[in-house]
Amino acid sequence: MEINLEEAFQKRIDEEIKIEPRDWMPEKYRKTLLRQISQHAHSEIVGMLPEGNWITRAPNLRRKVALLAKVQDEAGHGLYLYSAAETLGMTRDEMLAELHSGKAKYSSIFNYPTLTWADMGAIGWLVDGAAIMNQVPLCRASYGPYARAMVRVCKEESFHQRQGYEIMLTLCQGTPEQKAMAQDALNRWWWPSMMMFGPNDDNSPNSAQSTKWKIKRFSNDELRQKFVDVSVPQAEILGITIPDADLKWNEARGHYDFGVINWDEFNQVVAGNGPCNKQRLKARVDAWENGAWVREAAVAYAEKREKRKQNTENTNAA
Amino acid sequence: MSNKEWPLWEVFIRAKQGLNHKHVGSLHAADVKMAIENARDVYTRRMEGVSIWVVESKNLHASEPSEQEEFFDPANDKIYRHPTFYILPEELNHM
Amino acid sequence: MADKDLLYNYTLHLADNSMILGQRCGEWCGHGPVLEQDIALTNIALDLIGEARSLYQLAASLKGGTATEDTVAFLRDVLAYRNVLLVEQPNTDWAYTIVRQFFYDVFHFYLHSELMNSSEERLKNIATKTIKEVTYHLKWSSEWMIRLGDGTDLSREKMQDAVNGLWEFTGELFMSSAIEQKAFEAGFAPDLNILKPLWQEKVEDVLAESTLFIPEKNYQQKGGKTGVHSEHMGFILADMQFLQRAYPGANW
Repeated sequence: MEINLEEAFQKRIDEEIKIEPRDWMPEKYRKTLLRQISQHAHSEIVGMLPEGNWITRAPNLRRKVALLAKVQDEAGHGLYLYSAAETLGMTRDEMLAELHSGKAKYSSIFNYPTLTWADMGAIGWLVDGAAIMNQVPLCRASYGPYARAMVRVCKEESFHQRQGYEIMLTLCQGTPEQKAMAQDALNRWWWPSMMMFGPNDDNSPNSAQSTKWKIKRFSNDELRQKFVDVSVPQAEILGITIPDADLKWNEARGHYDFGVINWDEFNQVVAGNGPCNKQRLKARVDAWENGAWVREAAVAYAEKREKRKQNTENTNAA
Repeated sequence: MSNKEWPLWEVFIRAKQGLNHKHVGSLHAADVKMAIENARDVYTRRMEGVSIWVVESKNLHASEPSEQEEFFDPANDKIYRHPTFYILPEELNHM
Repeated sequence: MADKDLLYNYTLHLADNSMILGQRCGEWCGHGPVLEQDIALTNIALDLIGEARSLYQLAASLKGGTATEDTVAFLRDVLAYRNVLLVEQPNTDWAYTIVRQFFYDVFHFYLHSELMNSSEERLKNIATKTIKEVTYHLKWSSEWMIRLGDGTDLSREKMQDAVNGLWEFTGELFMSSAIEQKAFEAGFAPDLNILKPLWQEKVEDVLAESTLFIPEKNYQQKGGKTGVHSEHMGFILADMQFLQRAYPGANW
């Protein structure tokens, strides 16, 4: 029976029929999705922090409202994704508990510091650029709620990269100091952005199954290559240099060749040793703990009001 | 300290007058007022709606996926319910 | 048309209040007690800064020359800022944030209800847009006042503490500065004496429903409107103006 269910499940996937929350699914499919979606949600809300840093310091009012709206969108994206994950049988609070305990991971990129205003540009341009590349295929993921959340996310995300690139463009057309700021931000964010696509394909053990289940549509290396190919001309327009001596056009492949990623650094950051891991997690835990009394009081008030309403109804009935 | 999670609500938005409310997602809120306001703040930031419905997720009842075949397949061969089933002369034009 | 200088200075009163409160609300982004409310408060921050922008743009056009919304917002030092002390008070916690918001929202609501009838067309237009936003802010903060005041023992304690802590900054809202007085006499700004009882009544209603009390100690601070701010204000501006000051004249 179990085997037939699993075969039928795979057949639906192969036919591009979406899986919905109450449909039968293999336990491993559910777990894989839950891990991926909750990690993605965590990344969105931890990702609010490095940019949130600069809200009070945004250089003008136009930039300030754009940044606020952008960071707010990330809260929204986290929310949509938590909601999608909740359909798989885990509550948001349970997922947050895993984030706060350090059990759950989030994207390593957010463990790097934002030092200058140009980092707002570089994050929008590169980090959101890489994220979009990862996310667009997820709009067709086999799990309905995930795919629908991603459609919403991608629709909203489209302004994020543009606002980042516009910041970079303005800096690059500005004073020499500003241009240096933009180059410095590119230097610091380029390689971490490249790492966002995850390990090389031959080192990515779960990819095959995810691809079979159509949770994943392109391999890590395919997406990374695509990212490099679109980023190079964008950097040229800005007039700044991607910090990779091995970067060059390969006519035969029709792609850019690029240097080797420092996977040791990647593994260290994943393991918790990035420059801001502790600070980021602490900020999330503090927000959660400082908000506990607020959440409790809201529930207490709702219950009180409900009780009062019932009392009034009983009195009226009597 | 109690540690009760705010209940989950399903959100339905009417994009403009004349259209149905459509399910757009869910959120957490302590009570119905807050649920409607949260829906406004979360799901209509880009002019997506003119009216909001919320319903607590636990009050939403659904058909069983396992009954999909007996529920929905029997409609498949009732082609006489569709206008194209009836053959009428061309000159009748639009009917 | 109103006297340019007077209108300029009056506009700064309005703009600086919303700007500084918006800046404070923006500090919460990413740190709220629950995602939905993080988003809600950011919406309020965006409304406030949006309103401030309209007002700074008006101020810049009155000033003429090379003035822009940004030069007006970013290139004045603390003494030239005309916001009330209330809005520059630190976030402290969610209770202080809600109470500060509520006290200001009530004022903001009645102020713009009056400004909608201003003889100055440009203020009237801004008020007509702002009133919708503020109506929602007031609903939101009133509900949170009640929810937390009448929530748990702990939440009531925190809310009462915040009411006690912020009460002394509410009186300034209704102490007319020389500019406000002149603007009223010129006929384009409301009489703050008319707003005061309206504010008082609404605040008392909501506090009563929140099971909270107005503190007995009623000394009222003042100074913000004339540029004599709290120490907090310097730090707000240090953050806000950092890039404009460090790189004079640069475009961003």
